[in-house]
Amino acid sequence: MGQTIFEKLWNEHTVSDLGDNTYLLYIDRIFIHERTGSIALKGLEAAGRKVRNPEQAFACMDHIVDTFPGRTDETRVPGGSAFITTTREAANAAGITVFDLGDDRQGIVHVVAPEQGISLPGVTLVCPDSHTCTQGALGALAWGIGSTEAEHALATKTLVVKKPNTMRVDFDGELGFGITAKDMILHMIGEHSASGGGGYAMELAGSAVRNLPMEGRFTLCNMAVEFGAWTGIIAPDETTFDYVQGRPFAPQEHLWDQALAHWKSLPSDADATFDKEIDIDCEKITPQITWGTSPQHETGIDGVVPDPADEADANRRKSIERALEYMDLTPGMPLEGIPIDAAFIGSCTNSRLSDLRGVAKILDGRKVAEGVKAICVPGSSQVKKAAESEGLDKIFKAAGFEWRESGCSMCFFAGGESFGLEERVVTSTNRNFENRQGPRTRSHLASPTTVAASAIKGCLTDVRKLEK
Amino acid sequence: MEKFVELTAIAAPLLRINVDTDAIIPSREMKRVSKQGLGDGLFAGWRYSTPGSREENADFVLNQAPYRHARILLSGMNFGCGSSREHAVWALHEWGIRCIIAPSFGAIFYGNCVLNGILPVVLENSIVEDLARQVETNPKENNITINLERCIVTAPDNSRIEFEIAPADREMLMEGLDAIAATMKRDDEILAFQARDRLKRPWIYL
Repeated sequence: MGQTIFEKLWNEHTVSDLGDNTYLLYIDRIFIHERTGSIALKGLEAAGRKVRNPEQAFACMDHIVDTFPGRTDETRVPGGSAFITTTREAANAAGITVFDLGDDRQGIVHVVAPEQGISLPGVTLVCPDSHTCTQGALGALAWGIGSTEAEHALATKTLVVKKPNTMRVDFDGELGFGITAKDMILHMIGEHSASGGGGYAMELAGSAVRNLPMEGRFTLCNMAVEFGAWTGIIAPDETTFDYVQGRPFAPQEHLWDQALAHWKSLPSDADATFDKEIDIDCEKITPQITWGTSPQHETGIDGVVPDPADEADANRRKSIERALEYMDLTPGMPLEGIPIDAAFIGSCTNSRLSDLRGVAKILDGRKVAEGVKAICVPGSSQVKKAAESEGLDKIFKAAGFEWRESGCSMCFFAGGESFGLEERVVTSTNRNFENRQGPRTRSHLASPTTVAASAIKGCLTDVRKLEK
Repeated sequence: MEKFVELTAIAAPLLRINVDTDAIIPSREMKRVSKQGLGDGLFAGWRYSTPGSREENADFVLNQAPYRHARILLSGMNFGCGSSREHAVWALHEWGIRCIIAPSFGAIFYGNCVLNGILPVVLENSIVEDLARQVETNPKENNITINLERCIVTAPDNSRIEFEIAPADREMLMEGLDAIAATMKRDDEILAFQARDRLKRPWIYL
């Protein structure tokens, strides 16, 4: 019987079968960042343990660094600079490469790792960050772990992992005008819930995935964790290989040929079977927007705020009631036209060059509505540089957007900068949890183009109408 | 790591679905590079009445008299979803929680629990709700017992419910193992793997 890409990678990385469906897996690449990696490095030091193969581990400064021009180690996050300096000192002492402030390779870990060619098809890659699944888009087995597991991976180059079940999601059909990868993944979570991924290793497949450029694939895999999957993975193809070739840490010359031959053997065999399969009809997908405090609380922009009374399941009903109270929305209210206070473009979900190009196309010749605070934080220093060389920064600024240095920024509130109390934000990020972007901040997740259109109109807006 | 074999304690019902790790420990409460000092920030957004304050919200379950001594948490499906921050588990542990019973857990959170002496127990939602009903009639006296050796939860009405846990996780919790030390014993296997792999996939070795 054929094997899935997941099974091929699992078998290839198995150091030891520990019995009872538990395996010791070899880890090819380890990333850390200053927020949760600092404690892992400190833990290793305290235990007198060394990092094995530090040349295959990397550290990014992204989570709590300031994104204002001229930034230093000082940050608006209380106590934040200690996370930065601890990570730098411990990583340097361990011989780990740091993509530090001021380094033009700095940026959000899940943007930087693929950009530098460090994550590759077929690798196992872990990081103490839940959105590590983003990198599954390259055909890598990439998943988020805790700080203790990060210590384990750094010290031993392995992790003890229970083998998850497998799932395939088939995205078929053509995407309509103005529909993006973000709309695909939000739609799927809305249909199948934030726990629909059930801890599965999920392969994202189908014609609509094949047709996505690499950056859209990152967006799709990014929110596998919001779906409750163990991780997401997309089989590598020519799109992947074209993306990887020539990147600084990617294999070159004869090693490239050898790697490429190997990568071409990775896609799931035609007769491979999955424990679960679901189909998504992409023709039906409209621009998606969340109305609540879980990514599953979402609908099309042409939809209305749901009535909890229509929900049969008591737990879900209570969750909707709580969410509507937090979001200050009433059942039946059309989502289109709800006034906003702020718009945010950034995060490991949607901050890459193609995202910024899409937004700039909408902003060009237009102005952000009066009273709307609009911020763009490019996903990496490289993305920022590339955007500036195309003049995108000028379009953003002329429209009234702040143009920042790269980092995770206001995707989450860490005690520093935030949106105001009870402000309503339309955001290209991945989490609309209570208090996620600030105290009582009300977050509506959407695609970058929906965020841009809404910023222009000053209210939640159907991007398809604006472009016409 | 502290061992978990058996626990009899007060259980606090927090029957919400999709309780995320941002809710368990808001990022703003992670003030130092440390696993300590996090208990005070546990559920800060719900436990305290206004953002940033320490004024208790009387409606929140852990602020109510008997539940202040809870060692067990009952919750809805997908508990611990979201961010990988292990601080969520460290905060729960410091506050006093040693066992969480829910219909399902976020995968990273589940793993973090097992590595920090907190037992995650998966039971059907209807059973969790029944346990909560029993507890609520007399929270101080109606304790729940969890025996990890036999994988049995004993409800206040003395009914016994079996649960499943991966043998490796059970051993980790019962023995309080140091996972790194355990893996280090297999170092020969790891080095042999690396030597073979280096020939097979040389491009991996930067």
